Amino acid sequence: MSALSVVAAALQVVGVLAAAPLVVGGMRQVRARLEGRAGGGIGQPWRDLRKQLRKQQITPRGTTVVFALAPAVVAGSTLLIAAIVPIIAVGSPLDPAADLFAVVGLLFLGTVTLTLAGLDTGTAFGGMGASREITIAALVEPTILLAVFALSVPGKSANLADIVSATTQNPAQVLAPGSVMAFVALIIVVIAEAGRLPVDNPSTHLEVTMIHEAMVLEYSGPKLALVEWASGMRLTVLLALVANLFLPWGIAEADPSLLAVVMGVAAITVKVALLAGLLAAAEVFIAKLRLFRVPELLAGSFLLALLAVTASYFLATPVS
Amino acid sequence: MTIATDTSPTVPAFGEGPRAARPMGAEAALSGGVTAVLGALGLALGLSAVFGEPRQLRIGWLLPLVGVHFDLDPLGGVFIAATGAVSIAVGIYAVGYAKREQWARFPLVTLPLFVAGMLLVPAAGSVTTFLLAWELMAATSLVLVLSEHHRDAVRSAGVFYAVMTQLGFVAILVALVVLSAGGGGDAFRDIAAHADGLSSGTRTAVFLLTLMGFGSKAGLLPLHAWLPRAHPEAPSPVSALMSAVMVNMGIYGIIRIDLQLLGPGPHWWGLTLMTVGAVSAVFGVLQASVATDLKRLLAYSTTENMGLITLALGAAALLSSSGSPAVAAIAMTAALLHLLSHAAFKTLGFLAAGSVLAATGLRDLDRLGGLARRMPATTVLFGIAALGASGLPLGAGFASEWLLFQSLIHSPHDENTLLALAMPLSVGAVALTTGLGIAAMVKAFGVGFLARPRSAAAEAAREAPPSMLIGMSLAAAACTVFAVAPVLLGPTLGRVLAVLPTVGGDAAGPQLGTILRLPGVAGSLSPGLLAAALVIAVLFALGLGRWGVRHRPAAAVAPLWACGADSLSARMQYTATSFAEPLQRVFDDILRPDTDVEVTHFAESHYLVEKVTYRTLLTDPVEQRYYTPVVRAVTSWAGLVRRTHNGSVHLYLAYGALGLLVVLLVAR
Repeated sequence: MSALSVVAAALQVVGVLAAAPLVVGGMRQVRARLEGRAGGGIGQPWRDLRKQLRKQQITPRGTTVVFALAPAVVAGSTLLIAAIVPIIAVGSPLDPAADLFAVVGLLFLGTVTLTLAGLDTGTAFGGMGASREITIAALVEPTILLAVFALSVPGKSANLADIVSATTQNPAQVLAPGSVMAFVALIIVVIAEAGRLPVDNPSTHLEVTMIHEAMVLEYSGPKLALVEWASGMRLTVLLALVANLFLPWGIAEADPSLLAVVMGVAAITVKVALLAGLLAAAEVFIAKLRLFRVPELLAGSFLLALLAVTASYFLATPVS
Repeated sequence: MTIATDTSPTVPAFGEGPRAARPMGAEAALSGGVTAVLGALGLALGLSAVFGEPRQLRIGWLLPLVGVHFDLDPLGGVFIAATGAVSIAVGIYAVGYAKREQWARFPLVTLPLFVAGMLLVPAAGSVTTFLLAWELMAATSLVLVLSEHHRDAVRSAGVFYAVMTQLGFVAILVALVVLSAGGGGDAFRDIAAHADGLSSGTRTAVFLLTLMGFGSKAGLLPLHAWLPRAHPEAPSPVSALMSAVMVNMGIYGIIRIDLQLLGPGPHWWGLTLMTVGAVSAVFGVLQASVATDLKRLLAYSTTENMGLITLALGAAALLSSSGSPAVAAIAMTAALLHLLSHAAFKTLGFLAAGSVLAATGLRDLDRLGGLARRMPATTVLFGIAALGASGLPLGAGFASEWLLFQSLIHSPHDENTLLALAMPLSVGAVALTTGLGIAAMVKAFGVGFLARPRSAAAEAAREAPPSMLIGMSLAAAACTVFAVAPVLLGPTLGRVLAVLPTVGGDAAGPQLGTILRLPGVAGSLSPGLLAAALVIAVLFALGLGRWGVRHRPAAAVAPLWACGADSLSARMQYTATSFAEPLQRVFDDILRPDTDVEVTHFAESHYLVEKVTYRTLLTDPVEQRYYTPVVRAVTSWAGLVRRTHNGSVHLYLAYGALGLLVVLLVAR
């Protein structure tokens, strides 16, 4: 572990912090332009954050410490994921301490905390959002874990550095059937976990369609800012992770040089911008699914992930 | 289901007269104290067995002909130590609980006996001693389940438990008798020495019978039906002992007899264990995620976790019979570590549920809520247990589930189609289990403890007395060790792995250092470092939230916004039933809920609704489908047999004589 690995990991955290509102803003802008609107500009979420962080801190009566701490736990767990996963460079100092299973666990720790915060308010909306969110999470987790399994077969390890290095050394396996199916399954669960269309609509204010928004209805001011920032960070980290798991080119190797780190930053910026743009463009053409059709979509992605594992077992390309 | 705390004197057992107000405190303290001391002795004895030389003890005079025979080895030692550790926490807790709930004298006496029975089972070195200890454990636990026998639900659970535990005992008895008849002796050591000479038919019969007997004790499908009945109906300290320790004895039996004495078996043994485990895990967690009774939820979670452990045992057996002892050692470590961490978090869960029950008289999540403000310590403690049960990072179950996943994904699959099919399916089952487990625990904690109270009883809840809190804190401390420092368990598990021939004996097991490393395969995790990093990250995020604090007006407390609704009532909240409704709908085909929606319209217009009645009944579909026909058949059989019992002593004497003649003829 060189000093530059630590620098790269710190850059990942700072980069995710800074880029998350821009990713959200960029997606909104793409959507607005495709729908024929002018849009608020890429920087609008940053301006919103700044405004909300200066507002009065209000504690709703009857809520407990769970409600007060949840935004920080969601944001903290996401930042920790940003420090672990290979975004700019492979081999973060935390890589031996946490593999892909632990990353999935951290992701769900955030989800669970926010769900409990929704229940803690004791309002009908809080409970409704929490119930829906946990149903989706319960169905998403198996898919993610199976996709992790499929990805860890070629590299013979679930540690992220090993998975990414296996792909860089053996580029052909990206097109292996198991890998492609795992990619599709992971995209579906990223959409579900980040609360995007068609699973959830991040800009909805209709009770019947709300999932994530219903849970966080009682947050305002600085706490709301943290919740929204964290949800943007989750989206950014997940997009970056998916991009590097399947298209790791450009990422800095373990013990990187300064130039490699700069290259890594440029590569991930392009990759996340592309993925986010594609996702936003696709969202223009889809409507939100009915809540009880969502499990069918997730069951489909679960089967896809199961097939991915089986395929990568039977059709495993030997690691050269 | 609601249970009122019955503070009126219970019907005394053993025909003593109506109980006058007696100084409960002293008796409760004595019973709890003896239990805790027994537990401490067990813990010390278990640890000495793990780390010391194997020791044997034979007491000839205690039992005519065969004598009582104890044999301490690391495998038994780890079960004894776990039993002892749980008993310390439960014993201290029981001091306050028994006093508060006015226990009768009979359960007070039986509690230490139950613990003694459970300590003796893993210490037994021969078939006879094992069966005696097993029966002591079964009988005392039955007495304890029945301690609130004035309630119908308790009596029905007691009958279920009595029948199933005795049938299980018969299966074990037959299996062990067959084993010792073919294996050259009563002592496990002799059997182990002669096990190679057994015919494959005998081995199969013994495997199937012991799997039935021990599986029913561990609450594995399809013999689980007693568990979600008996565990919730028993008084909470007893529930904790049964769910955290007694079920382990089933696992102990499977390891000792099937994997150690008989093993390594053919492939299908491992596959059978994996299938039974996977089905139990998924079914248990599904039932837990829709349960509305807090203790029933925890009981189903026990079935789930025993399923995961059995799956890990099956994976270990399958992997070792496929020639990869290193990965088998990981699976075995996962099973043992999960067994121990389950003991810790399930003890805590049931004890916390017990203090809720003692404070409110409620187990029904639909009527609880708002306890976080009224019982803050209990809430935090239950939160630790729920985090452990959900298998998330920082929880007690995380490291063991991680090991289980690692063993499943690292199985060699190049030439083995069986493994290539079994392992992905198992990962799917385990993954589904963890996902639904999170939902179940969020429901238990979020609906039960957060939000606002849903009934007057929950509104009036008071914090538990100190002794109960101390007992729970001990269990919570154990949970924390499993969550952040499984390194402390490393030496113990290493000693146990060394005596299990199934996992290759001398194959190096996983190293549970600060960073968990798996020899032979690439994979590492550090729960402690991860927890520390998470704490730092959360503090950092809290700092982020203070950005711009100079520009803010002073913080304020305001009523809930709730989309502008004023005067929110507690009835507007989500309940446990409504919280789990989407899941219930998704898994409709498996759960088969009996739901009924009745809409009444106003007479004036069909478009206006006067009221909507929603009724739902969730039963155990396995029990409904497979138990009912058996019970019906047995009942009709019993009706036939009853005709021969007409009350005439002459007839009975004739039966006796006839029976004796048959025995003489056969034995000749």
